[in-house]
Formats: sequence, C-alpha cells, structure tokens
Amino acid sequence: MVEVKNLLKTYNHKTVVDDVTLKIEKGTMTSFIGPNGAGKSTLISIITRLIAKDSGDIQIDGKDVLKTDSNELAKKISVLKQSNSINLKLTVRELVSFGRFPYSKGKLTKEDEKQIDEALEYMELTDMENKFLDELSGGQRQRAHIAMVIAQDTEYIFLDEPLNNLDMRHSTQIMKILRRLVDELGKTILIVIHDINFASCYSDNIVALKDGKIVKQGRACDVIDACVLKELYDMDIEIQQVGDKRICVYY
Amino acid sequence: MDYKKKTVILAGIALALTLLYILFDLKGNIGYILPRRIIKVLAIVLTGGAIAFATTVFMTITNNRILTPSVLGLDSLYMLIQTFIIFVFGSNSIVMMNSSINYLMSILIMILFSLVLYRFLFKGEKNNIYFLLLIGMILGTFFNSFTSFMEVLIDPNEFMVAQDRGFASINNVHKDLVYLSIGIIILALLYFWRFYKYLDVLALGKDDAVNLGVSYDYVVKRLLIIVAVLTAVATALVGPITFLGLLVVNITYEFLKTYRHFYIILASVFIGIIALVGGQFIVENIFTFQTTISVIINFIGGVYFIYLLLKENRSW
Repeated sequence: MVEVKNLLKTYNHKTVVDDVTLKIEKGTMTSFIGPNGAGKSTLISIITRLIAKDSGDIQIDGKDVLKTDSNELAKKISVLKQSNSINLKLTVRELVSFGRFPYSKGKLTKEDEKQIDEALEYMELTDMENKFLDELSGGQRQRAHIAMVIAQDTEYIFLDEPLNNLDMRHSTQIMKILRRLVDELGKTILIVIHDINFASCYSDNIVALKDGKIVKQGRACDVIDACVLKELYDMDIEIQQVGDKRICVYY
Repeated sequence: MDYKKKTVILAGIALALTLLYILFDLKGNIGYILPRRIIKVLAIVLTGGAIAFATTVFMTITNNRILTPSVLGLDSLYMLIQTFIIFVFGSNSIVMMNSSINYLMSILIMILFSLVLYRFLFKGEKNNIYFLLLIGMILGTFFNSFTSFMEVLIDPNEFMVAQDRGFASINNVHKDLVYLSIGIIILALLYFWRFYKYLDVLALGKDDAVNLGVSYDYVVKRLLIIVAVLTAVATALVGPITFLGLLVVNITYEFLKTYRHFYIILASVFIGIIALVGGQFIVENIFTFQTTISVIINFIGGVYFIYLLLKENRSW
C-alpha cells in the first residue's frame, strides 16, 4: 500500500503539491489526471524519491520511503519519467538489462537474462533487441524504457505519461500490457496520463489533481463525472456510456 | 571489430609508443639517459591516464560530453597559486625553485579548495550539480582575472616565469614527485573501485540512476572528489593540461561506440597516453623542443574534430 500524508512542496513560494493525502491499494491501477501544471509529475517524483519534499509523510508498505535503503527500494518501486533523452550508444537489450541493476549490480545472472527476455517479449521488442536506441522511433524507444521498468520486476510501478509520442495502436497496446501486469502479476501501477479516456477505460482508480490539490479521488467511474471534470478542466465534457465504458466527449 | 578488441589494440599502441619513446636513439651514457627517460615517460603516462580517467568520470556525472574538470576551476586555481607565489615571494624564492614544495602546496590547496567547494554546495537542499559547475566556472574566471591582475603588476622577467607555468611541460619533472603521484593515484583508484559499478547507471541520468537504487548524492559527491584529486595531481605534476581530456574522451566514445565504462575508461586512458607520449616524442625528436606539446595535441585534435564534423555532415 502506498500512503501519502499531508505532502507539501513549494518552489519559490509557489505551492506545487498542496497538502496531498492519498492511499493506493495494492494490486490496482491508479491514474493521475488533471490539467498541465496540476502537480501530477511532481507528486509522482516526490513519492519515488526523485525530488525532495518540503513536508509530509510517504510510506510504502508501512515503511518510510526516505528511510529505506535506496537499493532495497529499487527492488520495490520503479519509476519512469517523461523525458527519456539518453544519448548513449545503447541497444534495446542493453537498456532493458539496466533494469536488473538493483539485483545484480551489472553482472547479469541467468535469472536476470530470463527476466530481460520476458520483459522484451512483454513489450514485443524481441526482434529488435539488438537495435540501437537512436535507430528507433519515438514509440519504440518508449516501449524499450517501459520494458526496462518491467525487467526491474518491482511490486509498484510509477509511470509518468507513458503514452507520450505513441499512436493509438501502441497506446492501447501499452495500456493492455499494464492492465495485464496488474491482473496477472498483481503489480500496483500508478500512472500520470493526459488522455482521460484511457484513464477511464483501463484504470481502477483515478486521482484528479488541480493546482496541487486533490479535487477528487475514487473509483474510475466516480471520478469520470461531468461535474468533477468541469471543475478540473474548466470545460464542459459530455460523458457517454459505450458498452461498459464511460467515454468523455470533449472535442 | 568490437570494442574489446579495439581496447586491446589501443593498449598495444600505447605500450609500443612508450617503448619507442624510451628506446629511440638510445646511445651514449645509457646509465644516465635511460632512468631519466623512464621517469619522464612515467610522468607522461600518469598525467595522460589521470586526465583521461578524471574527464571520463566527470562527463558521466554531468551527462555532458563537452564539460571537462577544468570547469571546476582547478587549473585556474593552479595558475593563481603560481602567480601569487611569484608576486609575493619572487621567482627565486624557495617555493618556486623547489619543485617538491611547490607540488605539495599546489596539490593541497587544489584538493582543499574542491573539498570546501563541495562541502559548501552539498550542504542543505541545493545539491544541484549544475549549480556546482556554475560556481566552479565563476570562481575559475575570478582566479583567471586575479592572475592577470597580478601578472601586469610584476616585473617583466617574473612575468615570463609566471607565464611559463601556464604551459604544460614534462621536461623537468622530478622523480620523487612522480613516485608521490603514483601513490596518490593508486589511493584514488582504490577508493574509486567501490563506485565503479555505478558509472554505467549514472550515465543514464539522475532520474534513472535513482530509480535503479543508486544513492545519487552520496556517489556523485565521492566521484567528484576523485575527479578533483586526479586533476590536481596531473596539474601539479606538469601544469594545466585539462584540455587533453575533452579530446581524448570524445575520441574514445567515437572510436569504441559502447557505453561500458570499464572499456571506455581503459581505452581513454590508453588514448590519453598515446596522445601525450606520441606528442612528446614529436616535440622532442621532430621539432627538437621548438614547440610545446599543447600545440601538437590541439592541432591533431582539431584536425580530428573537423574530420568528425565532415563525416557526420555526409551522413545527414
């Protein structure tokens, strides 16, 4: 379980994360939605120790994140940030191998190789595992990064806009894979996402943020609501029921 | 050809050049010439190796291929120390004439400076590496200005001595200092060994490194200390020579086409040695000391960079 209590972060007197308190159950997929500058990415970065908090308390499975050994934490939580501008001469397989660093410190064992193979297969990258990253399209590179996080094999996975640069086919493909990770392997996934329809269709819970504050959190069907979204985005959003899915029409 | 073979070939060339330097035209009083040449070549190998090593690590920490440890302001500080000594004590003073005292003092001041700078900057929340570089750069510029200021005040003859210190020179290195440098470098390497495994991951950038469980601030701070020590040793031994690093490490990355630091570091050390030993050989035997090694290396490096630019250009 991820527990965040009264989290606060300010940059030069501007409060980016304002008294956020939330609880994320194990084995669920939670989407963080909200307009630009709502503090979604900052929140994810603070929870995963990439950015220092000002005050508040973060616990994962009852342990304080900042007091846990960083390497042990890397076996429990993994995080993928928005911008992946690695300018190294790396092949896809080599990048994915980095996911095993917390376990093997660079000396790969048989078990590591197996995990890497599986991660590559999961992201359908096996046939291009020896290609260099700079030869790939944006979407393929994004998938390679997600494969690295999968190889890291952590209970909790934090993704910051993983659908950036992806077309519809690959977006749905990735969301389905994430869903499978939750349903089949029991992972807990927290994801920052802009397309509210993807959030609506694939996640269990949604946290809606605006100006650093939580506007609403709860089950996906409760948050995808005309009133909530109006407050969140300041625009009228019509919600249609298509099959068992709630689709937002805002075009 | 893969990067392992290339590294071995580089090692071979470095060794061959070193032997050539020691044995070339070896006649006359061998008992006198040979030990002197070996000391000299040792100094060159140490300097080339230390600078290449420090620059590789530094570029990995900063994730930037055009930054060298010189932005930490160490060679500017070295020049300031030298000029200050001449300004206050004169070029005939014991501190200037006795190379051991000068060496020890320079090294101590440079390392102390780095430690104080890091301590000051890593205290509290503002542990941003680019902030450190910015401060280093500003201080470096300040040291340069202050050096110029003192240089225009001193006697023209003293000025010549001060200027002479600004050029890297391997021609009058004392053997005790070489042994001392070997000792310091070995200590730095032993300390480095614990952090070596993190380099590949650090090259991915801060966020990925933290995600993969690296205690980023702890590791980077210690690596920076190692960089400072190695740079200080090389600078105090032969003079300001950090320009070599930019060239050597970029050539290494271009040549090996790998990210594995084990090979990158080894190969860059070998290329550093090749550049310095080869350059010194040319200075001594072709130009008969008419020019300095800095000129040779910058010339060859410049040509290589133009070649790289043209080659990249064609593939667009």
